[in-house]
Amino acid sequence: MFDDKTGADAAFVEFDRVQKSYDGETLVVKDLNLSIRKGEFLTMLGPSGSGKTTCLMMLAGFETATSGEIRLAGRPINNIPPHKRGIGMVFQNYALFPHMTVAENLAFPLEVRGIGKSEREEKVKRALDMVQMGDFAGRRPAQLSGGQQQRIALARALVFEPELVLMDEPLGALDKQLREHMQFEITRLAHELGITTVYVTHDQTEALTMSDNIAVFNDGRIQQLAPPAVLYEEPMNSFVAQFIGENNTLLGTVKEIKGDTCLVQLDHGELIDARPVNVSKPGDRTRVSIRPERVETNKARLQPGAHTLKAQVLEFIYMGDIFRTRLRVAGNDNFIVKTRNAPDQVRLQPGTEIEIGWLPQDCRALDA
Amino acid sequence: MSDTTQTGPMRAADGTPLKKSLARALRRQKLRALMLIAPLLIFILVTFIAPIADMLFRSVENQIVADTLPNTVRALKSWDPETGELPGEPVFAGLAVDLQTAAELKIHTKLGSRLNYESPGISSLFRQSGRKVDDIGKEFQKRFVALHPAWKSGETWAALMGSDEWLEQARGWSRDQGPEPRFRLRKSAANALPRTGEVYLAFARDVQGTGRKAVSAEKPWPVLFTALAQDLGQASPEDIAAIDGPAAPLVQQAAAAISSFEPYSYRDAFIQMDKAWGEIGTWEVIKLYSPRYTPAYFLNAVDLELTPHGIEPAPENERIYLKLFWRTLWMSLLITFCCLALGYPVAWLLANLPSSKSNLLMILVLLPFWTSLLVRTSAWKILLQQQGVINDVLVWLGLIDDANRLVMINNKFGTIVAMTHILLPFMILPLFSVMKTIPPTYLRAAKSLGATPWTAFWRVYFPQSVPGIGAGSILVFILAIGYYITPELVGGTQGVFISNRIAYHISTSLNWGLAAALGSILLAAVLVLYYTYDKIVGIDNVKLG
Ligand SMILES: Nc1ncnc2c1ncn2[C@@H]1O[C@H](COP(=O)(O)OP(=O)(O)O)[C@@H](O)[C@H]1O
Ligand SMILES: [Mg+2]
Repeated sequence: MFDDKTGADAAFVEFDRVQKSYDGETLVVKDLNLSIRKGEFLTMLGPSGSGKTTCLMMLAGFETATSGEIRLAGRPINNIPPHKRGIGMVFQNYALFPHMTVAENLAFPLEVRGIGKSEREEKVKRALDMVQMGDFAGRRPAQLSGGQQQRIALARALVFEPELVLMDEPLGALDKQLREHMQFEITRLAHELGITTVYVTHDQTEALTMSDNIAVFNDGRIQQLAPPAVLYEEPMNSFVAQFIGENNTLLGTVKEIKGDTCLVQLDHGELIDARPVNVSKPGDRTRVSIRPERVETNKARLQPGAHTLKAQVLEFIYMGDIFRTRLRVAGNDNFIVKTRNAPDQVRLQPGTEIEIGWLPQDCRALDA
Repeated sequence: MSDTTQTGPMRAADGTPLKKSLARALRRQKLRALMLIAPLLIFILVTFIAPIADMLFRSVENQIVADTLPNTVRALKSWDPETGELPGEPVFAGLAVDLQTAAELKIHTKLGSRLNYESPGISSLFRQSGRKVDDIGKEFQKRFVALHPAWKSGETWAALMGSDEWLEQARGWSRDQGPEPRFRLRKSAANALPRTGEVYLAFARDVQGTGRKAVSAEKPWPVLFTALAQDLGQASPEDIAAIDGPAAPLVQQAAAAISSFEPYSYRDAFIQMDKAWGEIGTWEVIKLYSPRYTPAYFLNAVDLELTPHGIEPAPENERIYLKLFWRTLWMSLLITFCCLALGYPVAWLLANLPSSKSNLLMILVLLPFWTSLLVRTSAWKILLQQQGVINDVLVWLGLIDDANRLVMINNKFGTIVAMTHILLPFMILPLFSVMKTIPPTYLRAAKSLGATPWTAFWRVYFPQSVPGIGAGSILVFILAIGYYITPELVGGTQGVFISNRIAYHISTSLNWGLAAALGSILLAAVLVLYYTYDKIVGIDNVKLG
């Protein structure tokens, strides 16, 4: 559909200082800058109401940007109507046409493009086989289960071979097992076909397992745009740290910064080492963040001279593969430690006093 | 524990078979549910089913001829109009008894009006003959009184015709005891004198119905003498001899003297009374309509006539009903289509505007419901008439000449405009309730798949709104086909519907049978259309919400 003059690494989809307001009073999307490579699987992740759908709708052409420009393959698309954009789309409730059979649903985009009957049938068949639904061509959407409808919706969005596919929480209505299976299917298809995908979800596990890149949305802004591992291990601010995975936080003030470590005095009084991320000078308020699985309860395994904190065991939960222990640390009653269920692992008894520590690079000093 | 080994039927805790106790529980539930809807059920039965059943019955019912002229109808059976001869003396004899009785009971004019639908002019024949027919009775009365003066007295008649038991009761009766004991016929007298028995029974019921006098105190109807003369002429001597009671000798004496009576021609008496009785046409009509059920109303309703020579088309100038049915049908269809064309976009807006705006629009749609139908129709009169607002504006704009103002009212155009307006909400509301359930994402999905806005609408949105179209169209069409007030007010002569004709027959011409037949045909037409609709579109496809 779009002649591809751009190189493999050049931006295929670009949001350039895009803003959106529905009512003329509040901005739902504030200054969005985003570029997506060809073939990239990008996920927009964020809490409900953070503007993800709005972004997607602007890209699809169902909403117009209040200001700024959206470019597709280098061309501004603000004035192209949705049906000429050639973007495949999967809706949250699938939006399969109830009065058409599965095959008719799939043939629809081909038909409106004026593709001949035999070619149409062949493409429909190929698309159905692609999602393993070849036997269901004659059924009505209402006669399919949620997962099957999902596959058909996917096939319909792909059957006309768009270069860009948008999916708005497509797995939201499925149960956990089916959701995990479909996550795998979608990523497999996206990579096999080499299509660029913009995927919207509020489920962080989904985002982490599927994406090449994740854009974390909050309050109409992208908080961080990074690959899943970077996002998880190196959150750039406390919203991202909180939103992705489980996280222990302690509030304090920066004492001194030395290269890639800094000394933080917690509000409770203790001193700890951390990696400065969002702090610039001594005296800054900070929220330090430590992942539960990076907390060390065995003093022997800590670096010599590392700062340690006193902790009181409040609760021990056996979860099979891991142990989850709740501690009181520096006045925080909700400090979680996760340990692997290994043969030599100690099971901490509630009421005991222990000392905990961590590697300085695992403890990130973020904005307060 | 034993459930797995038990071979008989499953049993409930109390030992009754499970099936039976389940059925009992369900029955109780059903009964309770039935009781809950009983008021509605009875209401519907009384106000809906019963009137329809009554209408269907009336459209074929024709009891009045056989009930009013029983002896005449019986005698007419053996008369063949094809011979071209007048019916014989027995028919006129029967008519003499029937018509006198009917005149005494004052029901002969009703019969006259009934037969007048079939043969105009016959009602005056019955009315005028009713006035003179007791001359026949008086003639016979004279003869009997000449035999014995006691025949003049009501008491003689009561003693002859009343049963012993009743005579006993009636003797002790006085007016302040309440109504007189109910009259009973003397078996032997009724057996020997059947016509007289029937007439006397009618006489006694009539007297007792008014309650003013004792049966024996009332002057006997002259028709009794006619009937008695006819009965005595035919009764067997044994039956006469078997008559018992105080007046037996008197009647036996009369029976002996009857053969000495001067011959009497009922036919001549009637023809003298009115020439029409001597016309074969009069008798053809009576014979034609003597059966208790008749297809005549239905035939009339489709511009046919039942004649002695079979079914024939009605005279040219009376053929109006088929034209009216046809007009009702196509105008209703046109009105339905207009409602759809106007209502569809409105319903779409209602379903898709933000709620603050759609609420306002909904009020505008419902506004007609809050205004009287008459007011709305009259408003159209003001707008559409030749000196009305629209014509004035057109003249003022110079689009039409003052001399050539458009005729927009009292014709088909007026009816179509006013009825489209009035029935519009009935199209919009079902459409709206269906469109409300179509998520806007379907249109978006279609567009994202490459469909132009029009294709998206036509291929995706429209098919899903078809159930609403079906429901709205059926509603509007059925309402339109039976509409009455609006065509009456703005339809003139060219824009009226079949319902206006039905109303005319119900309230003006009082030909209820024809009205019922027209109504039944209308009902059948609707049912047939409904059936075809079901076959073509499928009634499951109709959704009211
Ligand atoms: N059509 C609309 N009109 C007005 N406000 C809207 C509309 N769609 C979304 N919003 C508002 O914009 C904000 C972002 O919505 P949305 O993009 O749907 O968020 P998300 O998809 O991340 O949950 C929300 O506060 C929502 O109320
Ligand atoms: Mg959303």
